[in-house]
Amino acid sequence: MATVELRFSALPEHVRTARLVAAAVARRAGVDEAVLDEVRLAVGEACTRAVGLHQHGGISAPVKVLLIEEEKQFSIEVGDEAPHAPVQARSADEVLGDPDAETEEDEMGLAVISGLVDDVEVSAGENGGSIRMRWPTTPPAATFT
Amino acid sequence: MDLSLSTETVGDRTIVRVGGEIDVYTAPKLREQLVELVNDGSFHLVVDMEGVDFLDSTGLGVLVGGLKRVRAHEGSLRLVCNQERILKIFRITCLTKVFPIHTSVEEAVAATD
Repeated sequence: MATVELRFSALPEHVRTARLVAAAVARRAGVDEAVLDEVRLAVGEACTRAVGLHQHGGISAPVKVLLIEEEKQFSIEVGDEAPHAPVQARSADEVLGDPDAETEEDEMGLAVISGLVDDVEVSAGENGGSIRMRWPTTPPAATFT
Repeated sequence: MDLSLSTETVGDRTIVRVGGEIDVYTAPKLREQLVELVNDGSFHLVVDMEGVDFLDSTGLGVLVGGLKRVRAHEGSLRLVCNQERILKIFRITCLTKVFPIHTSVEEAVAATD
């Protein structure tokens, strides 16, 4: 079971909440302070992408974020329920009618994630996709007394 | 924290001071501001990012959109940023090659190249 599991309506205003929760749990799990900015940004990018996929696909299901504390590592999995295949689900008019091409932003979000996180897996299928990211953790050096 | 925006005109340059977080929720406000400025004839923009706490790819997309709009009018869009965590995002996406990034508003206003 995930250490903390978060589900939120696929709305842009909740992405910030996901970032804050993820950073707080990552800090507690022992992710290096210097890396927390990257965790915050990467989880924000993944959630933004999932929100966009749900909104464009008219999917009412929530976006799911799993924050998993494991031995020596911390994982975040952001799951969406958007069918990723076939890709041509959107009509040509929808794509052409949007001057700020969503696909470009989607790709830029993935570029930021892969530039930030060394250990990342992106999967996509008919029932949804997920982005799983992992960071090493350092256990507390000494026990507090 | 929300997004704060203010503008100031210096000669033919318009300085847009941005503060707070630029993400998927707040980026549309920045987009509206940039579109409005270009529609009103301000084609040389300096976006001061010194007060920005957080920037993601949605924000980058808006800045690229702004750059495209001013370039259509032979204009320019310069950034002011000294924050390493923000600069890193521009480097990852190779946008440091697209935007002139300055260390101060004065430098950006004076720049002509």
